[in-house]
Amino acid sequence: MIPSIPQSALFKSSFRIYAFIFFTFLMAPLVVVAVFAFNDSMFPSLPWHGFTWDWFFSDQEPMLGLFHDPQLYQSIATSFLVATCTTVLAVALAVNNAFLFERATFRGKSVLYMLMLLPLVIPGVILGVSILIMSSSIANYFDDVWAIDIELLRPGLTLVVIGQFAFITTICTLIVAARLRSFDLSLEEAALNLGATKLQAIRTITIPYLLPAIIGAAVISFLMSFENFNTTLMLVGSDSPLTITLYDRLREGATPVINVVSLLLMLASVVLALGNYFLSGRKSTAE
Amino acid sequence: MAIKGKSNTPLKLGLLLLLCPLLLWLVLLVILPQLTMLNISLQERVAPRIYEYGLSNYIEFFTEPLYWNTFLRTAVMSIIATILTLIIAFPISYYIAKMLRGRAKGLLLVLCLVPFWVSELVRTYGWMILLRESGVISSFLQYIGFTEGPIEFLYTDATIMLGLVYSSMLFMVVPLTSTLESLDDSYIEAGYDLGGNGLSVFWHIIVPHAKPAIVSGCIVVFMLTLGNYLTPILLGGKSSLWFTEQIFTQFITRFNWQQGSAFGVLLLSISSLIVWLGLKLSRQSFSKVMS
Repeated sequence: MIPSIPQSALFKSSFRIYAFIFFTFLMAPLVVVAVFAFNDSMFPSLPWHGFTWDWFFSDQEPMLGLFHDPQLYQSIATSFLVATCTTVLAVALAVNNAFLFERATFRGKSVLYMLMLLPLVIPGVILGVSILIMSSSIANYFDDVWAIDIELLRPGLTLVVIGQFAFITTICTLIVAARLRSFDLSLEEAALNLGATKLQAIRTITIPYLLPAIIGAAVISFLMSFENFNTTLMLVGSDSPLTITLYDRLREGATPVINVVSLLLMLASVVLALGNYFLSGRKSTAE
Repeated sequence: MAIKGKSNTPLKLGLLLLLCPLLLWLVLLVILPQLTMLNISLQERVAPRIYEYGLSNYIEFFTEPLYWNTFLRTAVMSIIATILTLIIAFPISYYIAKMLRGRAKGLLLVLCLVPFWVSELVRTYGWMILLRESGVISSFLQYIGFTEGPIEFLYTDATIMLGLVYSSMLFMVVPLTSTLESLDDSYIEAGYDLGGNGLSVFWHIIVPHAKPAIVSGCIVVFMLTLGNYLTPILLGGKSSLWFTEQIFTQFITRFNWQQGSAFGVLLLSISSLIVWLGLKLSRQSFSKVMS
C-alpha cells in the first residue's frame, strides 16, 4: 500500500476479496484433483465414499492401483527416458548458444538471435506436424529410391525427443544466456593472467559460475518435456509417454487412478520447481 | 561470417564450432520443417500418388464454410480470451506489486506460478471434475437446493473460455507485476497531488507505464490460445470447433497431409501477423518481448 495516499477501507477490502476469489479460481482444479485421488469410489466425483489408499496400492481389479497398473508405470518410464534425452540435448546446445550469443561478434548475429527465438511463436501442434512431415518425406524418399526403411524417422520416441528438443532449446538458451550476460569478464581475465589457457579458464571459472543456470535450465527442460502434450501427440508412435496415456484414459472415462498419477506429478513438479526457485533466488541475492 | 577486430584463425575456428550446432538445430528442426510444410501445402492431388503444384488446398479452405468458420471462431475466441485475461490479471498484478509488502508479496507471486508447473492435462482434468454433470459444482448446487437435477457445465463456449483464460493467466500476471513494481510510487502520489482521482491516475500514469507489459502479455497469451489444443478439446468436446483440432483431424484421422499443411501454414501466418502487428503498434522489438 502506498502510505501517503488515503484509500478507503472499502477500496482495500474489495481488492482483498478479489484476490481471494482469484486464488480460489487458480487453486480449485488442483485441489479437486488431489482430493479425489483418495475417494473410495470408481469415479472421481461426489458423493464422497470415504478415504482410501487403494488407487495407489491396490492390486485387484477393478480398483487397480497405480503401482500395479503396468500401462501407467511403463508410460512414466517412457516419459522419464524422453525427458532425460531431451534435457541432455537441449542443455548442451543451450550452453553452446549462450557462448555464441554473449561472447562472439559476427555479422548477422541479431538475425540469428531472432531465428533462435522462432520456436516460441510456432504453436506446439504446428511444430509437431511440420517435423512429422519432414521426417516422413525423408523416410519416404529413402524408401522409394533405395528401398531402405529408416525406422527412426517414423513416428516414435526418437521423433518425440526431436520435436521437444526443437523448442525446449530456445527456453534453455534464454536462461543460460541471461546468467552468462551477468558474468564479470575480469574473472576470466584474471585466470588467463595467472597462466590458465582459455579452455581451462572457462572450465574452472565460467562453467561453475553458470552452473545454477544450467541446473535451472535442466529442471525446466525436464518438466516441460515430461508435461508436453501438443508436440508429442503429433509425433508419438506405439510407445506412449505419460501425457498421451493419461489423455487416452481421460477420453475413455477417468477413474481416480488418474488423480493419483496427477497428484504425484503435481507434487514432483512443485517440489522441483520450488527447489529450483529458492535455490536460484538465494544464489542470485548472495552474489 | 567475418569477425570484427582481431581475425586470427583460432577465433574463427571457435566461432565456427559454436555456430555449427546452432545452425544444424535451427535449419533441420525449425526452418526446414516449416518450409516442407509450405511445400506440401501447395501440392494438389491429380491422380492417386501423383501431385502437382497448385492452390487447391487454400481454395478448399476459403470455399468450405466449416473450415473458414472454425478459423474465424478460433481467432475471435482467442482475442476475447486475451482481453478477459488482461482484465482479470490487472487488479491482481496491481495488488501484488503495489498493495502488498514483504513475505505476503513473494508468497502470492509464487502461488500464481504453482498451477503452471503442473501439466496442462492435469489442470484441465481438474476443471472437468469440477464442471461435469456429475461434478463437484453440480453436486454442490443440488445439495444447497439451487437446482433439482444435475447440470452439465462442460461442452459450452463459456467453459472453453474459462479454460483458456485459466491456462493463460501466468503469462499476463508475471510481466504485469514486474512492470508495475518498477513504477515509482511517487509518480502515483504526484498524480494525486496534482488533483487527479483514482480513475485519472490509473488511466494517465499506471496504464501508460504498464503498456509494454500489456502488449507483450497480450501477444504471448494470444499466441498460446490460438495454438492451444487440449483445453478446447477436453472442455469443449465435439462442439469445440478449434482450428488446431481441424489440423489434427486432417493429418492423423483423414490422412490428408496437403490440406492439413495448408491449415498449418494459415494458422502460423495469422499468428505471426498478429505478433508482428502488436510489435509494430507498440514499437517493441521481438527479442525483447520474448525474453
